[in-house]
Order: sequence, then structure tokens, then C-alpha cells
Amino acid sequence: MSSAERSLSMSSSMSMQGASGFSSGASGGGANPADENAEPASTLSIFALDYKKHEDIKHMLDSNKDNLKLEAMRRVIGMIAKGKDAADLFPAVVKNVVSKNMEIKKLVYVYLMRYAEEQQDLALLSIATFQRALKDPNQLIRASALRVLSSIRVPSIVTIMMLAIREAVHDMSPYVRKTAANAIAKLYALDPELKEELIAVIAKLLADKTILVNGSAVQAFEQVCPERIDLIHKNYRRLCNLLVDIDEWSQVTVLNMLTRYARTQFVDPNKTVEGDKNNFYGDENNSKEKSENDGEDSLEKRTYVMDSDHRLLLRCTKPLLQSRNSAVVMAVAQLYHYVAPRSEIHVIANALIRLLRHHREIQTIVLKCIASMAEKNKDIFGPFLKAFYVRSSDSSHVKRYKLEILTTLACATNISTVLRELQTYVLSPDKEFAAQTIHAIGRCASTIPEVTEACLNGLVGYMSKKDETIVAESVVVVKKLLQINPVQYGDIIKHIVRKVDKITVPAARASILWLIGEYSERISKLAPDVLRKMAKTFPDEEAIVKHQILNLAAKLYVMNAKQTHLLVQYVFNLAKYDTNYDTRDKARLLRALLFQADKCPALSKHAKKILLASKPAPLLESIVRNHDQYTLGTLSYVIGQAVPGYTDLPDYPLEPSDSSIRNVEVIRPSLSQDESPRKPSSGGKKKSTTSEKFYSDEEENDENEGTSTEGPDDEEEEDEDGDEDEDDENEEEEENEDDEDEDDEKPTKNIHQTNEYEQLDARSPTIIENQPESHESTEGEDTESDDEVTSASEDTTDDDADEKTIEKHTLSFNKSPSNIAISGFSMATITEKSIAEDDLEAFLGITTTSTGAQQSTTKASVRDDLQNLESLSTPSTLTYIRQYECLNRMTGQGLQIQYRFPRTPFQRATNMVHIELTFTNTTPNNDIRSIKFIKSKSGVNIQGFNDIDQLPGGASIITSIGIDFNDTTQSASFDISIDGRQLATSVSIPCHVGELFQPKFLNEKDFNQNLGSLRGMHEITGTLNVNETQISKFNFTTIQTKVVQCANVSSVPSSSGDSTIYRFSGQTVSSKALVLIAIQLNISQSTINLTLNSDRIILATMLLKEIQQAISTIS
Amino acid sequence: MIHSLFIINGAGDVFMEKHWKTVVGKSICDYFFEAQSKCANSEDVPPVIATPHHYLVNIFRNNLYFVAVLTNEVAPLFVIEFLHRIMDVFEYYFGECTETSLKDNYVVVYELLDEMLDSGLPLATETNILEELIKRPNIILKMTKLITGDDTNFGNTLPSSQLSNIPWRRMGIRYTNNEAYFDLIEEIDAIIDRNGVTVMCEIQGYIDCCIKLSGNPDLTLSFVNPRLLDDVSFHPCVRLKKWESERVLSFIPPDGNFRLISYHIGSQKCQSDAISIPIYVKHNIQFREGSSGRFELTVGPKQTMGKTLEAVVIECSMPKSVLNCTLTPTQGKCTFDPVKKILVWDIGKIESKTQAAARLPSLRGNIVLSTGQPLPESNPVLNVRFTLNQIAISGIRVQRVDMHGEKYKPFKGVKYITTVKNGRFQIQTKQNFSIPD
Repeated sequence: MSSAERSLSMSSSMSMQGASGFSSGASGGGANPADENAEPASTLSIFALDYKKHEDIKHMLDSNKDNLKLEAMRRVIGMIAKGKDAADLFPAVVKNVVSKNMEIKKLVYVYLMRYAEEQQDLALLSIATFQRALKDPNQLIRASALRVLSSIRVPSIVTIMMLAIREAVHDMSPYVRKTAANAIAKLYALDPELKEELIAVIAKLLADKTILVNGSAVQAFEQVCPERIDLIHKNYRRLCNLLVDIDEWSQVTVLNMLTRYARTQFVDPNKTVEGDKNNFYGDENNSKEKSENDGEDSLEKRTYVMDSDHRLLLRCTKPLLQSRNSAVVMAVAQLYHYVAPRSEIHVIANALIRLLRHHREIQTIVLKCIASMAEKNKDIFGPFLKAFYVRSSDSSHVKRYKLEILTTLACATNISTVLRELQTYVLSPDKEFAAQTIHAIGRCASTIPEVTEACLNGLVGYMSKKDETIVAESVVVVKKLLQINPVQYGDIIKHIVRKVDKITVPAARASILWLIGEYSERISKLAPDVLRKMAKTFPDEEAIVKHQILNLAAKLYVMNAKQTHLLVQYVFNLAKYDTNYDTRDKARLLRALLFQADKCPALSKHAKKILLASKPAPLLESIVRNHDQYTLGTLSYVIGQAVPGYTDLPDYPLEPSDSSIRNVEVIRPSLSQDESPRKPSSGGKKKSTTSEKFYSDEEENDENEGTSTEGPDDEEEEDEDGDEDEDDENEEEEENEDDEDEDDEKPTKNIHQTNEYEQLDARSPTIIENQPESHESTEGEDTESDDEVTSASEDTTDDDADEKTIEKHTLSFNKSPSNIAISGFSMATITEKSIAEDDLEAFLGITTTSTGAQQSTTKASVRDDLQNLESLSTPSTLTYIRQYECLNRMTGQGLQIQYRFPRTPFQRATNMVHIELTFTNTTPNNDIRSIKFIKSKSGVNIQGFNDIDQLPGGASIITSIGIDFNDTTQSASFDISIDGRQLATSVSIPCHVGELFQPKFLNEKDFNQNLGSLRGMHEITGTLNVNETQISKFNFTTIQTKVVQCANVSSVPSSSGDSTIYRFSGQTVSSKALVLIAIQLNISQSTINLTLNSDRIILATMLLKEIQQAISTIS
Repeated sequence: MIHSLFIINGAGDVFMEKHWKTVVGKSICDYFFEAQSKCANSEDVPPVIATPHHYLVNIFRNNLYFVAVLTNEVAPLFVIEFLHRIMDVFEYYFGECTETSLKDNYVVVYELLDEMLDSGLPLATETNILEELIKRPNIILKMTKLITGDDTNFGNTLPSSQLSNIPWRRMGIRYTNNEAYFDLIEEIDAIIDRNGVTVMCEIQGYIDCCIKLSGNPDLTLSFVNPRLLDDVSFHPCVRLKKWESERVLSFIPPDGNFRLISYHIGSQKCQSDAISIPIYVKHNIQFREGSSGRFELTVGPKQTMGKTLEAVVIECSMPKSVLNCTLTPTQGKCTFDPVKKILVWDIGKIESKTQAAARLPSLRGNIVLSTGQPLPESNPVLNVRFTLNQIAISGIRVQRVDMHGEKYKPFKGVKYITTVKNGRFQIQTKQNFSIPD
């Protein structure tokens, strides 16, 4: 068999070089894989031994003990890790692919991935194992089999791979599907012919419902078919919305893809308004205020309206600027740089500056990008000038780029600080950096005319420094500056000329000589004298200086032949015998030009023109100037050359693509969705995914925004918190139908609500379908009913009951639940002092010291609160007493029953809601006898009324019952018998949500403390927009009246006297679960923010609704 | 994407290599060595090096070079960030990432690298997941291996968190003591010029957490003054939207140690909020003709809010012409390395009590300059380090931490530290160069 032969030959060739691995390998598990870097020469001596050791490993691999096998595999891995060849062990290793031991299996996989390519025939032996593993019930095994199968790079199994991938795409496990997505790029690399087939698979994975899969699918897309942008359309909005939930590495790819997508689909946000903008941005400052931006936006709208999808992209990517991963931040910055309107780019500055605190390598690359961005858009980095100050500890690249950025950002307003900073750098011990600094000063001087003179003077000052590099660089820079504007600085030229004796650095001397030659007419007396001096030292000069001496001589001769004739001749003669051929050549050339007019008359006629041609001034420019031909942040950009796989960002199209292509059809049967194991189990989830297709254009963004954050939470809720939340969920489902009309407003009003439960409600498809019509109608109804309520309630009071409540609650003051807050609050409860370590003393120290004070303030606040109570008692007695009918006199055969909620605790059972029933005999003269309460079978716990023996005609009797609504708004029903006969219809008492509560008196501190334990998913918020006249009407009384109408809660006295926030507290009657209400007026924006905290979140949701309604009626 | 990885020690030996695609010969590293040899300082090696067919991206950390080989266009930051992440994982697994620790654990290293990258694409990078896949080598594991003979690093099940949307937390965590510790660390980053004027002052803050909570807690952390934080980056577990709308950190934490948030308070904010530097140094350094000089330093606390400055160290790298220093400190220890020309004055604690002001630690003495050499043109820069416990200099305070989703009551603690990263607090003593008029 050929493969056997091959492995044999491999093994012999191998043993030649691979040797030493085992000397250490044999010594045990802790073998050092790399302590010998001894190379082949030394190993020849132990040739035989070495061969034996390979045998040794083979034996171990062949043994039937897992321990030995594992040990052997570890050694093999050690060899691979060191880069030693272990190919000859292939047959022995591959056998173990069937091992049951996970680690052996894994190590064999590692080995296979390394060597399968080299030993394809043998590798085929292992394929069957993988194929079997692909069917394994364990998803981990399926996935890893697919991973290895796709990684072994054996072309002959391409078809098997393709099959495996196709199968895996439909796998139940998202993890396996993700692996399949990763495998696509590998297969494509192996066989590009399969492209079309793979694209179909990618399309399927892009539409996968699991975000885990999408990230990898986009990566595959980028590798295989980046040009097929049409595949993205349908997934675009979802990808945008779910971007924050993708893993950080895929985020980078997705962001890059979206940047490209935006460049092909949307129009240039800057281009259409160019004309307007120029005026606009001309006088704009560095610090842009938000309001200013808003103003601009409104103006821009006249000419350009951003596509809503374009806006969506920008909005969804912005939070990622806060990623800890620098690559993600950079990708967002890139996206903003290329896709965002100019007025919005500034948001990236902060994030990029933050990256400068990361590792040195990251700094280097980020700085380079900033340098390029600053070149185009000075404004955005202007405020961060100080972030680019150089430290002595920075690496040389970092220093260089920082300097570059400082120079770019320098402008007339900040130049003085920049220059002062640059001056300190000149003194840096890093001479190369000092030289770069001088160059930078030169650049500042050339770009900012105000400081040119000062800079020149400063640079001339540097010429007298002792350090040669500084001197040389200054001279060179000064020379360049003078060249730009020679007329003005004659004095400086003279000054420099005087320095020529002192300066020894050849480059500097050469520069000076060049200057003299160039501007000799300004210093016509000095110039020949300099030449005289130079002629003296000519033999000792460096070549570069000699050349300039020759140039100077030639120029002087042209200008002033009489005086310098002899001197020039002398210099030329010296040059004629110079050892450097360049010098000799140059001398010969110039001599021909100047002195031998007969030999080349054509040229020498123009000698003056040739030598004194006006030279273009050099441009002092940035080191990154030409790098931005490549997309920022790419590898090509960093190294300044095109790298394989690099594609330029396309230019914006002139016409935007039709945004309807990104619309998603209503319900598309999706195989993967049905098969996914998670979907069927979680009904809520399924609803949410389909519901996304319902939205009309307007709302989808808002709604998706919610979805994107809540996505993960929902799932984890369902997965892990199942036990706890099941009750709530059930309740909620029951409630759903009843309260549909109440909840449907949420998606529009409470855009920013972040509570999971609410989102579930909001996304249930029935609701969304109904939305447009039901929305308005409910609002109307509610308002009406509320008006009635107000009128009914105002005049009745129930002093008696109210006093009782107050008493009760003042007693319960000190029993408020203890809660460990970190600092500031309720320190008295911390008793774990001894547990704390020394380190935590900061926190405990405060604890102990503040306890005393805390207690005294508590007392004081109790007193205050009690005082407040009196003043409060008036409004709080405006109890809302409305009577409802629960038994009609027709069905009741003359008996009418009305009920109301007196809002006092039910005496016989504290967990019941107290309901007052009024029995009225509507018949004029018939007595009704023996009215009895019959408990219904519905299971609701009701404390019935005492039997009424006789009810005379026209009379009424008031009696009370207690109902344990169990904190739901389900109606409770019971039956009544009159005179021994049971009434046909049972009496049913629906409970209004507000009546499920009873006041719970808290002071502000307790309130805040309890609030702390009810944050997160126990918090729901709502916003109400009101007009200005309305908001002026809001004060404590109006709000309290309305809130108390809605719900049986008590107000929390405000200790701070803040008149924009009102707090109320209560607890549910049956389970005593706390509900905290905070109403905050935002007068400047004419909005009211409502926050409810309670772990009875459904009740809280409903209550929030009611309060919102009630408050909106204040006028 | 990432083709191969070579790990190179400080001496320039390639002691480990890993290939995710077709093998690339070790000789590719020669390009790297060539670039390295051109640099005086090991930190100056350009992070990206182009060779004829490959591109090398390298990082230098812990005296090791990680060199990744690329063949195609990949964002360099992506690779750099990933290499650092690998290093982080190694540090987490082995306690330190050095040549010895990597060599000692080469099998684990290889297994990790294999899990972290799938043919060059990052796969699992969260330590929590990796730990479920590959056990962390520690003493307990070694003991159980010895006793049970069960010699494997691998877990047998797929880490459940890999599938969920909270990939950073594994399932079924149980602790008897439920504790959550938050270390709020702030590093001052400042440059003070010779007149004592703060040229630049920035604060870099972190909250490092050590969370040992059972089950699946959902934490909310709120600050007393969140408006200070406008430039932040988060661990992926933090809900970004919640932060944007309410300025609270809401998150399901990873298990164990992690960095929750890092923030940066820029120089504008530092100055407008008048964040005061808690230390001052008076200096008087003179180099005189005739090979001698005076050197005087006095250090004192400034607005430390009653806290003690601890571990105060002043480092000063002297000009080359300084031969030796004869300095006597009133407190602490002072050493001068005549080869590297570095003066280190380890002061220790400085009490903030007012009566101590009379005897502030000071350092005085003479400097010996080598004769014949010109006087140094620039005065040395002082690098100051100190630690201030129990306080965050920016004034950030955690208001409260709440936990939902679990029934038990955890112990929660916050610790504040203000410190200085080496070389980030500089006091210039040099003379400013002035432009002659």
C-alpha cells in the first residue's frame, strides 16, 4: 500500500531532524516542549535512540489503556507545538479517533487538523468516524465532528463536507448551525467551484432566527460572496436591531459588511446639502452643541431626508462604541466615518480617544486612523487635543502619530499651547523624536501664518544647541520654510550664514550652503566670503557638503563672475582631484556649463537660467497623507499597500435603492424555525419573532429597538427563571384578553420601556394587529369614564376609615424590610462587619461612623412625616367612592345589589378586599325574605355577608363582604338565594386594579430603599406628553387626587421639598407585595415620567395605564 | 483569518507554534526578527509587518511576542485584540503568562488555542465557557487526578452558556457564601509642569468585580453621580440601552473575576470639576559648572480628604552625565543606579495630618557630574507613584447594588482605590524653551 510506504519514508526522514522532542517528553507529563532548540546537527548522534522513542509512542498509542494513550498523545502535541514533525505517527494516531475518552479524541482532532492535509489517503480512514459522529445525539459531538471534518483540508471529501453542511444547516441545535456557518468559508477555500451551492446555504443561515447563527453566517458571506449584497436586503433590519447581541468578534464583520451595504444602498448624506453646508460649517466651532445639531438637521431636511434604514443603522451601531473590544469600536468609527453625515461623526471621537488607553499596539493603529480622520475632519478631535500629548514612556510609533495629530489639529486658536508642548518635546532625550518635533514645528509654521515668524525665530534658536541632530533638523526645516517665503526673511538668512562656521553636521552645512547659493543676491557681500572659507576646508568636508560648495561656486560665478572667478576656478580644481567620483563628475559638468562655452554653446547660453531656475517650495506634509486611499482601519491601510482580499469601499450610488426591498414579507414558513427545539417550547418567543413582520414602516424601528435589548432577557427568563415566573406568565396570558385594549398603547407610548413583561405583551400579535383602531377608541372611553369618576368622588369622604389606616401605617414604620445598601442608605442594617476584610474598610468605615447620624435623622424624618400627615390627610380622604351595580333589579327579581370599595381593611381577613354591598328592594311593597350568600365553586375565597332575613319594599341594607382576589383582576362571583331559591345568574364582582392595593405608608427614605430592591425587571416606566398649560396645573393636590382615584395608595411625603417628583406607595391586599409609584414632572420638556416598581408586574402595568389615563385628564 | 501563531520569547526563540490552516514555516519569523533588530526598544517593533506573501501582526507583552500570520485582509485591530485576549486567557489559566508557564502547560495551551479559534475565526473567548470545556490546571485538579486516576482536562458536555444569549455565564453555579465585591480603581494620569501647573490630568477608572453568586442573579448597580461617566466601555454583559436611558448598570454577571466597566474622565472634565491632585512635589535641581549639582525634593499631601498617601515612590531618570548622587532622605529609602541613571526614592506612607506638615519627607544632597562633559540641557522628569485607599479621586461613588432573580441575600462590598500607573504621573522639572523675540 502506497500510504504505508509513504509513512515509512516519512518516519526515516523525520527521525533525522525531529529528535530531541522526546528527551524531555519522556520525563513525564510536565514535559517542556521547547527547552531544546537544538537543531538537527546535534541530534544525529542519538539517531537510533530517537527512532526507538517514536516506537515507544507508537506502542503507547497502540495499547489499550487510555492513560498511556493520553500520555502519548500529549507528547505528540508537544512535538507539534514545538514545530517538530510528527507526521510518521499518523497511522498510529488516527486509529484513536474512535476513542471514547474526550481528551484523547480532542487531541487526535488537533493532530488531524495539522497533518491530514499531508497524508490525505490515511486521513480518509477517519472520515467514517466523523460521519457517524455527525449523527450523534450530543450536539457538542456533532459540532466538533463538523468542525474537524471541515478543517482537515482534504479535497477528496468535498462532497461529504457539502452534504454534512447542508444537513447541519437544518440541525436542531443553533450551535451546530453556527459551526456549519463557520465551515462554509473553509469549504469554499478548498473548492471555489461550490460557490453557488454555498450561497444558497448562506442565504438560509442569514435568515436563521437565532442571532448566534447570523453572526457566523455574515462571516461566511464576507468570505464567500461579498458581492451578493442582495442577500442582505431582507435581513438588514434584523441584523441592525440585533447587532448588540451578536458576539463581539462577529460584530466586527457585521459592521464592516453594513458599512459596505450602506455605501451601496443609500445616497451620500453630505453631498446633497453641500451648498448649504459650506456657509453653515464655515463659522462652526469645535464644540458642537446638541441643540445646534438639531437646528442643522431641520435645515438639512429641506434638501435631504435620510433614509429611515440609514438612520436605523447609525442608531443601532452607536451603542457599540462602548464595547470593550477595540476592534468593534474601530469598526463603528469606520462606519460613522464613511456613512454618517458630517454633523454626526463627532460621536466617535470620545470612543477612539478611550482606545488610547489600551495596549501599545492598539494605540499605534488607532492613532494612525485618527491621524487620517483628523486630516479630513479637524473639528471632531479638536476638543481632545490634550489626549495626544506625548509621554516619555510612549513607544516610538505612538510618539510619531501623536505628534502628527497635534500638528494636524493645530490652528490659530490653539497654536500657542501646541507650540509650548512641542518645545518640551524638542528637549526629549529621544533624539529621533526631537528631530520629528522640529519637523512638526516647521509644519505648523507653514500652515499657520500667524506663527511663522515666531517659529522661524525659535528654530533659528535651536541652531545654537549642542545636539547635532536638533541643529541639523532645524537648519533643514528652516531652509524649507525660507524657500516658501524667501522675500520676507532676509535677516534670518544672514543670521544663518553667520552660523556656518559653528555648525558641523554635514546635512545642516549643506543646507546652509544651498541657501546662500539660492539667495546670494540678498547677501551679495557675504556670499563670496563664505565661499572663500569653504574653499579652505573643502578637502575635509563630506561629499554632500562638497556638492553644495560646488553649487554655491557655480551660482556665484553666474551672478558675480568678476569677483569670484578665481575662487571658483580654485574650487573646481580641488574637486577635479577629489576621491569621490560623484564630486568629480559634478565639477566636470558645472565646468562645462560655465567655462567651456564653445563646447556646448546651447547649454551655456542658458547657464544662468539652469542654475537659478526657481525651485518649487517643498511641501511640509503629513506622514499619513497618502495612506487614506485604502479604507481606514484595514490591514491595507496600516501597511500602505493592497492586501489580497482587500476591496475598496464603493462610492455612494446617485440614486438610493428602493427601501421596500428591505421589507420582510408577512409570514414566511421557515423550516429552521419549526425545527428549532427552542421555539416550540417558548410560545412567547415565537410570537415575538413573527410579530416583527407585522409592523408598518413607522413603528418598526421603535419596536425593534425594544426587541433588540430584550431579546436575550426574554430567553433567559424562559430558560432559567422558569419556576419563578411561570405564575406571572400564566396570569398574564389570562389577562391578555381582558386587558388587550389597555396594553396596546405601550409600543407607541413607552418606547423606552425596558421591562421584559411589557415587551411580551406589546409583541403579542393579536395586539399589534388591532393596534391602529383600538388605540383611539380606548382612549376616548377611558377619558369619559374618568370624568365621571372625578365628579362622583369629590364630595364623599370617609374620615373614619382613613384615620384608621394612618394609625396602622404609622405603627408599621419601623418594620420596613431591611435591605443592605452599599452606602448612604440604611447602614444600620449591616451587621456583617466581622465578615468584611480589611480591604473593604472603606465601605464599612463609613457605615460605622454614619450609623448614629443616620438614626437621628430617621427619627427626625419620622417626626416630620407625622407632621406632614396632618396636612396630607385632607386630600387623601378624597376617596374614590363610586357605586357599581352587580345585580340588576330585573334579574334579581326586584332585588338590586350595588357595590363599592370603601377602601378600608376588611376586618375578618386582612388579605381580602373590603367590598360594601348595598341591597335595595326596588319593589314598592313586597318584602324580600331570607337573602343568603352561597359560595360559588370558582375557588375564589369570599367571606360572605350575614343572612338578611327581611328586606322591606323600598328599603336598602348595607353589608360588607371580603374577597381575596389573589392579586388578579379576575372577577369574583358568588350566588345568592332568595327565600330558598337560588338566583339564576350569579353575582359577579370585577375588581378594578386600583382596588387591589391598600396604602402602605412609607417615608421617602424607606421608599428609596425599597425602590432599590425593585429595580430591573420589577420596574416599568411610562411617559406622558402634556401641553404646557396642562403642566402648569400639576401640583401635589391635583396629582394626588388623580392617583388616589385610580388606586388605593398613600402618598409619600417629600422630605426634600422637590416639587417635581411625587411618590406614592401601597401594597397588594392579598400578598402584601409592595408597589411604588413615582411621578416625575419634566417641565422643560412637558412630559411626565411615571415609574412603577413592584414585583406584581402585571398589576403594575395595568395600574400604570390607569394612572396615565387619569393624569392626562388633569386640566 | 489568523493563519498561524508563533510565540517567541525575549531571547528570540520560537518556542511554540500553532497553525489553524496550512502550515507556515517557522522561517517567516525571520522577517519579524529583522524588524525587531532595527528597533532599539522591544516596544518599538511595528505591530504590523508586511512580508512578500504574509502579514505579521505582533504584540509584545510579559516579555513574550505573539506573532500572528495573516494572508488576507483582516482588520489589524481585530487580530491585536484577539492576541491580547489569548494572553488574558493564559493569564487566567496559569496565573501568569510566561515562557515557563506556557511550556509547562503546553497541552492545555494547545487545547485552548484550538477552542478559541476555528480555522482562524474566533470561537469561544470567554473564560467562563473555556473553563467548562477545558479545566483550569490547579492543585485540586492535580490531586483528583492523582487519586482517581482520571487524567483529563476536558469536560464532557457542551457548555450550556454557549447556546444562550449570555455566553459569559455558565449554568448551575452554587456558592455557600454569596458574595459580590466591587473594586473601583482609578488611575491618575497627569503631567505637571515645572511651575506646578497641571498641564494635563485624566482619570482612568475601572470596576473590577469578583462575583460569587449562585444561580442566575441579575444585578443593578447605580452610581451616586453617574453624570461623571460619559466615556465608558463595558463588559458585554451590561445592557447598553439601560445605561443610556437610566444610567444604571444592569447585568447578569459572569462568574468570578471580570472587569465590568472601564471609564475615562478626560482632561476637560477633570479641570472643570476641579479634581485636585492629592500630592505635590517641590523640587530644586541645579547642575552647576564644575561637575556638581544640588538636588532637593520635598513631597507633601494635598487635599487627600483625610486619607493617607501610601506606597509613594518617586523615580527620576537622570541625564547621562550624572555620575553619582549622594542624597539623604528624611523618610524612606533612596537608591541610585549609576548604570541606568535612575534614582528611586521609596518614601512609603505620608500622613495627611496637618501637624505633620512641618516634617514632610524630603530628599537633599549633591549630584556628581562627570567632568568635561557639557551640562545637561534638560532637567529630569519625575515619575511619581502612590496609592490612596478608600477614595476614588474623581468622586465617583457606587450608590447601591441590587440583585433580582435569586432569593438569597448576598454580601456586597465596594472598595475604592486611587493609584497611579507606572509612568503616567509625570512632573516636569525641565526648563521651558522660550522663543526669543
